[in-house]
Amino acid sequence: MSELSVSGRPDGWSNPLRDPRDKRLPRIAGPAGLVIFGVTGDLARKKLMPAVYDLANRGLLPPGFALVGFARRDWADEDFGKVVYDAVREHARTPFRQAVWDRLAEGVRFVQGTFDDDDAFDRLCDTVYELDKSRGTGGNHAFYLSIPPGAFPVVCKQLARSGLAGQDNPDQWRRVVIEKPFGHDLKSARELNAIVNEVFPEESVFRIDHYLGKETVQNILALRFANQLFEPIWNANYVDHVQITMAEDIGLGGRAGYYDGIGAARDVIQNHLLQLLAFTAMEEPVAFSPQELRTEKIKVLSATKLVHPLDETTARGQYAGGWQGGEQVVGLKDEEGYNPASTTETYAAITVEVDTRRWAGVPFYLRTGKRLGRRVTEIAIVFKRAPHLPFDSTMTEELGQNALVIRVQPDEGVTMRFGSKVPGSTMEVRDVNMDFGYGLAFTEDSPEAYERLILDVLLGEPSLFPVNAEVERSWQILDPVLEQWAESGAPEPYPAGSWGPEGANALMARTGRVWRRP
Amino acid sequence: MIVDMPATSTQQLNRKLVELREQSGVMAQGRVLTFVVVTDDSANTEEAIEEAIEASRAHPCRVIVLVRGAKKAAARLDAQIRVGGDAGASEVIVLRGYGPLSSAEACAGMTIPMLLPDAPVVAWWPGVPPAVPAEDPVGRLAGRRITDAAVEKHPLRALEQRTASYTTGDTDLAWTRLTLWRALLASALDQPPYDSITSVVVDGEPDSPSTDLLASWLASRLSVPVKRTKVGAVGGMHSVRLNRHSGPIELIRADGKTGSLTQPGQPDRLVHLARRPIRDCLAEELRRLDTDEIYHDSLNALQEITRGRAPAGAKR
Repeated sequence: MSELSVSGRPDGWSNPLRDPRDKRLPRIAGPAGLVIFGVTGDLARKKLMPAVYDLANRGLLPPGFALVGFARRDWADEDFGKVVYDAVREHARTPFRQAVWDRLAEGVRFVQGTFDDDDAFDRLCDTVYELDKSRGTGGNHAFYLSIPPGAFPVVCKQLARSGLAGQDNPDQWRRVVIEKPFGHDLKSARELNAIVNEVFPEESVFRIDHYLGKETVQNILALRFANQLFEPIWNANYVDHVQITMAEDIGLGGRAGYYDGIGAARDVIQNHLLQLLAFTAMEEPVAFSPQELRTEKIKVLSATKLVHPLDETTARGQYAGGWQGGEQVVGLKDEEGYNPASTTETYAAITVEVDTRRWAGVPFYLRTGKRLGRRVTEIAIVFKRAPHLPFDSTMTEELGQNALVIRVQPDEGVTMRFGSKVPGSTMEVRDVNMDFGYGLAFTEDSPEAYERLILDVLLGEPSLFPVNAEVERSWQILDPVLEQWAESGAPEPYPAGSWGPEGANALMARTGRVWRRP
Repeated sequence: MIVDMPATSTQQLNRKLVELREQSGVMAQGRVLTFVVVTDDSANTEEAIEEAIEASRAHPCRVIVLVRGAKKAAARLDAQIRVGGDAGASEVIVLRGYGPLSSAEACAGMTIPMLLPDAPVVAWWPGVPPAVPAEDPVGRLAGRRITDAAVEKHPLRALEQRTASYTTGDTDLAWTRLTLWRALLASALDQPPYDSITSVVVDGEPDSPSTDLLASWLASRLSVPVKRTKVGAVGGMHSVRLNRHSGPIELIRADGKTGSLTQPGQPDRLVHLARRPIRDCLAEELRRLDTDEIYHDSLNALQEITRGRAPAGAKR
């Protein structure tokens, strides 16, 4: 994508060893280190640390890369090293190579402390300087905040106070990486951004929506804009509606306490699904530079609005006990640690429209839920029926609507559904599927989302990270629904293992449509 | 599943493949290329098949292995279809031709009906390749032709041969093995000081074609004097030094496994730099099927490098 931007470089200088025709040359990050706050959490263990190893294994990390953990535990460097080792052995995507591990292990450090401990942050600062000297991290450091949002203010303040957030000279960079949730409504999102921006300028802030690191999500752009086939029908003249679904089969379990007050809409629709909508609905960018992509995404999100009246176009639910794939599971209210009076939804469905010439009149249905039929994320573009069918109605009774389905996970790929003649002596038309699957073949070599994203943070490549304006726009879209739901009592229960509450089916039925069974 | 078809023909093979597809639905239709491996019937054949299968995990493809059997034998084609677990991501078709069927022309004739429609073809010779791969009957079918100078008896002479016979689509694993070295050097230049390089010294085993190619690549990119020196028994490539006024950048791999990158004012940095296994190199080759102009430029620059002893006092 864009040229590596390092300040201090003389004008007109270009790297003689790089050539745009040299397509096999990977971009290795420059000297850098990564500091992870919240390193004992699940995300760090299952995703971040294995991703760092996988990057090292693929030869994409700079020599002398350093990984620093910051947590309350009473660990020495070696103890933390063992924690990283275990995480890597268990969750890394690429095969384990001792030699690669040995090189990585040499740069692992640990600093013990709590977020309000000035002394701990000073020690972290010393560690970072020591790494610059001994490992050659070059003064470039990324701070990954895998911590609850309530802790952002104190950590940012500490990073500022201890001098960690500022670079010593313009050739160096300091970046902050934050995970969702980015606030719980527009107001809090703005406040959170203000807190972070006080310490880190916007271009040094990298917000992770890990869906944007997925190959299949990036493939939406390739599918739409690299081909002649799809763009002509990708508009309201041919599309009847779009369904974007993210379903999970797991329940909340022990994380019920964290979820209370957040709910499915804030957890998934505000970030993942609206980003997927942006990719699906956006206009073609002039180029694939970060600036152009961002322009188009913000433009399409600015045109996106909820369809009113909200009680007819939205639905929400809470899972009740039931049979989930051969196992009897409890309902939300019976989960351990859950507040039985809570009105937090575990299923949310909304209807939005994109007010542009391209999409006028096409509803976009976004739904997500826990304890649904199976784990699946997909985008289904459902086309209108042919305006004139030269067949008898009996021949096409079983013919549905053409659909193009992008399976984001699992079984990544793209399916086209169209009508085909049923073999036999009569003309009977039925739906068939034409499938392109990444399948096992591609995805075995296909990097995990976090590998791609962490590398992009180290390279300073901002394309795959939502900016402030996108986050705020997404909250503006969602806030009216959240306000309405807050005053509407409890959500409708739905049995675990089903596809959601009755209200969701009623939502679709009002316009004569049905939900896909993904 | 392995299906053996002795004394068969390509028509029967194609029918069998369709049958297998209908019966077990095993093979997906999303194959993106045909990977043709041309080898002789020897102890290394199975190993070559393994490497091809491993590389194909990254790219769904049909692998056709042409095993050229004994020349003095009755004409015969033995085939074997491997799908599912035995074949990793793809379907593997092994074609063993005996007698007149072991010739290059016959091999091409057997391959054509088995090529996937409308998909690119990549050919790999794990052993000694034909003198001009692009004019070989099987090579002519392929858009990309992969050879390996390091397995030939005289690797450096092989490189000269490559230069003379270069055609668009040619590539060599001696070049592929350099990718990480080149990436590290390019990455080192991305950092300040943005000083120009004055001269280069590349060091490696006398017979290491990768060392020569690294030297010639640097010569073609930097247009400065490049010296290629020899050192014994270090496992191929050994070191690169880019001299600059502000101090040299050095990448030294002393033990054949770990590289050490040094720059003035920076601590020595270690990086894993072991010789890349063939499967990784092949997977990289399958990723991009267009012309490798940089490889071509590097081949042409081979005549520009000077050879000699390492200067006195050079770091080992």
